[in-house]
Amino acid sequence: MANKRIDEATQTETVGHEWDGIEELNTPLPRWWLWTFYATIIFAIAYCVAYPAWPLVKQGTEGMLGWTSRGQLAKEMSAADQARTSVREALARVPIERLPEDGGLMRQAVAGGAAAFKVNCVQCHGAGAAGSKGFPNLNDDDWLWGGDLRAIETTLVHGIRQPGDDQTRTSLMPSFGEILEPGQIEDLTSYVLTLSGREKPSASAQRGAQLFADNCTVCHGADGKGLREFGAPNLADAIWLYGGTREAVASQIRNPHMGVMPAWNARLDPVTIKMLAAYVHSLGGGEDFVEVAENPAVEVDEQP
Amino acid sequence: MQTVLARAGIWLVVLLFAVIAVAAAADGGFAIHMSIVALAALIGLWVSISGADYAGIARGILKIPDEGRYDDDPVRWGVIATVFWGIAGFLAGLFIALQLTWPVLNLEPFLNFGRLRPLHTSAVIFAFGGNALIATSFYVVQRTCRARLAFPGLARFVFWGYQLFIVLAATGYLLGVTQSKEYAEPEWYVDWWLTIVWVAYLVVFAGTILKRSEPHIYVANWFYLAFILTVAMLHIVNNLDMPVSLFGSKSYPLFAGVQGALVQWWYGHNAVGFFLTAGFLAMMYYFVPKQAERPIYSYRLSIIHFWSLIFLYIWAGPHHLHYTALPDWAQTLGMVFSVMLWMPSWGGMINGLMTLNGAWDKVRTDPIIRMMVMALAFYGMSTFEGPMLSIKSVNSLSHYTDWTIGHVHSGALGWNGMITFAAVYYLAPRLWNRERLYSLRMVNWHFWLATSGIVFYAASMWVAGITQGLMWREYGPDGYLVNSFADTVAALHPMFILRAFGGLLYLSGAILMVINVWATILGKLRDEVPMHDAAYDPQADRPILAPAE
Repeated sequence: MANKRIDEATQTETVGHEWDGIEELNTPLPRWWLWTFYATIIFAIAYCVAYPAWPLVKQGTEGMLGWTSRGQLAKEMSAADQARTSVREALARVPIERLPEDGGLMRQAVAGGAAAFKVNCVQCHGAGAAGSKGFPNLNDDDWLWGGDLRAIETTLVHGIRQPGDDQTRTSLMPSFGEILEPGQIEDLTSYVLTLSGREKPSASAQRGAQLFADNCTVCHGADGKGLREFGAPNLADAIWLYGGTREAVASQIRNPHMGVMPAWNARLDPVTIKMLAAYVHSLGGGEDFVEVAENPAVEVDEQP
Repeated sequence: MQTVLARAGIWLVVLLFAVIAVAAAADGGFAIHMSIVALAALIGLWVSISGADYAGIARGILKIPDEGRYDDDPVRWGVIATVFWGIAGFLAGLFIALQLTWPVLNLEPFLNFGRLRPLHTSAVIFAFGGNALIATSFYVVQRTCRARLAFPGLARFVFWGYQLFIVLAATGYLLGVTQSKEYAEPEWYVDWWLTIVWVAYLVVFAGTILKRSEPHIYVANWFYLAFILTVAMLHIVNNLDMPVSLFGSKSYPLFAGVQGALVQWWYGHNAVGFFLTAGFLAMMYYFVPKQAERPIYSYRLSIIHFWSLIFLYIWAGPHHLHYTALPDWAQTLGMVFSVMLWMPSWGGMINGLMTLNGAWDKVRTDPIIRMMVMALAFYGMSTFEGPMLSIKSVNSLSHYTDWTIGHVHSGALGWNGMITFAAVYYLAPRLWNRERLYSLRMVNWHFWLATSGIVFYAASMWVAGITQGLMWREYGPDGYLVNSFADTVAALHPMFILRAFGGLLYLSGAILMVINVWATILGKLRDEVPMHDAAYDPQADRPILAPAE
C-alpha cells in the first residue's frame, strides 16, 4: 500500500494500487445502499418463511401461509364458477329453442357465447364473425345448414364433415372437371352467374341452363337457391363463400372446396355450446325456430 | 518449418473430415454447414502455407513480435467485427419489428419472423456483444496486467473461431437448423465448436493474468473472468444433448419437461447475468475511469457488489417460469434471489457514476462520457425493473407481454449498446494510432439518435405490455373475458409502429458510428468546431458596485 494519497477533488484517500493509470478511492459503502441490501435480504427471509421455499428430501417447505399456486387457481376458478352456476344450471335445463322466451337468460347466454367465441371460433370466422374466403360470415342471414337456434346448435355439436361423428353435417359435391367437358363448364359457369345477375343472359348461359337442370338441381334446387339439407349454398344471391368471379366459380365447379368444421362436443360442454349458438344466432341473421318436420308448409321467417 | 507443417496438417485433416461429412450428410442444413467448415479449413490451410515466412525459416531466424508493445491485432479485428455485427443485428431487429407491424413482410421460408428472431438476438448478444467483450477483454487485460497476451496464436484462433461460430449459428437459423432453446438455438456440433473456442479464450485470458507484472488483479478482470468461466459452465450444461446421427444436424436434449425448462432458464437468465451484466461491467470498470480520468469511486463497493452479484445471480433463473409447472418452492427462490440482486446490481451503477465525482463537467463537453453516463443510467433502470418484474404479482401481469421486450431492450440498447459504443469510440483512435476520432460531433449525434430511439422503443413497449396484460385479464360485468387475442394484437399496432421507429433511430445512430470509425481508421479528421461551451468568466459575471463613499 505504498502509494496511498488523498484525492484532491473528493478529499478521499486512495487504496494505493494503480493499473494503467486507474486508481481506486477507499470510499466506504454508501449507507443507503447497504441498508437497502439488508432490507431485501430480510424481505427474502420473511417471504421464504411465509411461502413454499426450500427443497427438502421429498418435497419443499410449505410456508406458514399454506399458499400453493394450484390452490390459488382452484380458489379463483371456483369463485368464478360459483358466480355463473345459477345461469349455467338454468341453461342446462332449457331446451335451446325455448331460450328466447326468457330474455334475461338469453342475454346471459349471448354474453357467455361471445367470450367462448373469442377463444374457440375467431381463428376461422374472425374476431367480428365476418368470416373470410372459405369461412362463412355469421353476421348475415345466408345460412348453409340452417340459422335457427336448434340448427346452429346441431352444427356446433356435430361439426361439418367431421370424421368419426356419424351425425355430422355432410355432403359431397362431385368434381365436375372429371364429368363435364371444359366447354360445358364454361357454359355452366355462365348460367350460374346469370342467376345472381352478375352476367347477362347469353347463348353460353342458355346452353348452361340445361346442364344445370341435369346436374345441379338435385342439391342447389331448380331456382339455384340452394338446399340446407345438403348444405348446398344459394347461388342466386350476392354472397360467395369461395369468390364470385368467373374463374372462382368455374374452379369451384371443376374441383370444389368443401369446408370442415370440428364437432365441438368433444371440446366444449353442452352449456357452452348452447351459449355459442345463442351468440351466433344473435349476430344478426338468426332465424326463428319452427318445427319444420311437423309442418313443412310453414315458411321460415327470415327476419326474426 | 515444423509449426507450418503441423498447422497445415491440422487444417488438412479438418478439411478432409468436413468433406466426408458433406458427402455423408443426413440433411441439407448439415451439408451446407459442413461446406462452410470445409471452406474455413481451406482458408486456414491457405493462410498457414502462404503466410509463412519461408526466407526467415531458411535462415533460421523467425520474425519475433515486438515485446515492447501490446498484442493488439485481435483487438483491432474485434472492434471491426463488433461494428459489423452490430449493424447486422440492428438491421435484423428493425426488420422483425416491421414484420410484427406489417406481417406481409414475412418472406417465406428463409426470412420469416421465426427464423429471423433468433438471428437478431444472437447477432446482437453473441456477435455484437461477444466480439465487444472478447476485444475489450484482450485490450484491458493486457493494460491492467502490464503484460502481452499469453498464447498469441491461440488468441487469433479465439477470434476467428468465434467468427466461424457466428456464421454457423446465423446460417443455421435461416436454414431452420435449431434446437429451439432460446439464446441457445445452435445445434450440437456448433455447440461443441463454441466450447473449444471458449476454453481457448479462457486459457488466453487466464494465462495473461498469470503472467501479469502488476501485484494485484484489477476489478475489471474479476468481472471478465467470472463472465468467461460462468458462460462456459452455462453453455455446456444447457447443451448436453445426444445427436441423432453424427452426420445430421438434429439432436435431443438430456433434460426434458420442466427440468429442461429450468435448465434452459438457468442458462438464459445467467446469459443475461454473466454475459450482458458481468462482462459489460468489466468494460465499464476500465473505460469509465480512463475516459473520465478519475479514480474508481469505491474499492470496497467493488468487492462487495462483485461477490454478491456473482453469488446471487446464479439462483435467479426460475423467475422466468412463474406460474408454470415448476414447483412453487423453486419459483419462490427465483423471486427472492432476484429481489436481493437489486442492490448488488446497483453497486456497479454507483461505482460507475460516482467515479465521475470531480469530473461531472465532462458530461457537458465529452459525448463519450455522456454515452457512458446514459449507459449506467439505463443499467440502473433495468436492474431495478428486473427485480420488480420478478415479483410474482407483478409478473402475473407482465409475463408473456411486450413489457418483457421493453425491459430487455432498455437494458440491451441502453446499457450494453451505449457502453459498447463508448468503448469503441475510446478504442478506435488508440488502436490505429490516430490523433483523435474523425468526429466528436458525430458521436454526439449518435448519442442523441440512440437515446431517443431507446425512449421510443422502451416507452412504446411498456405501454404495449401493460395494455396487453390488462386486456388479457379484462372481465366484463357478466363474468366473461372481454377480449379475444386478435383484439389485443390489433390494439398494439400503433405501439408496434412506434417501436419500429425507435429501432430505426437506433440503427441510424449506429450507421454514424460506422462512418466515424471507418474514417478514423483511414486517419481522416473532420474539420469541425470543437465540442466546448462558450467561455465563461466568473470574475466578470457580477454587478458593478457603487464606489464606496
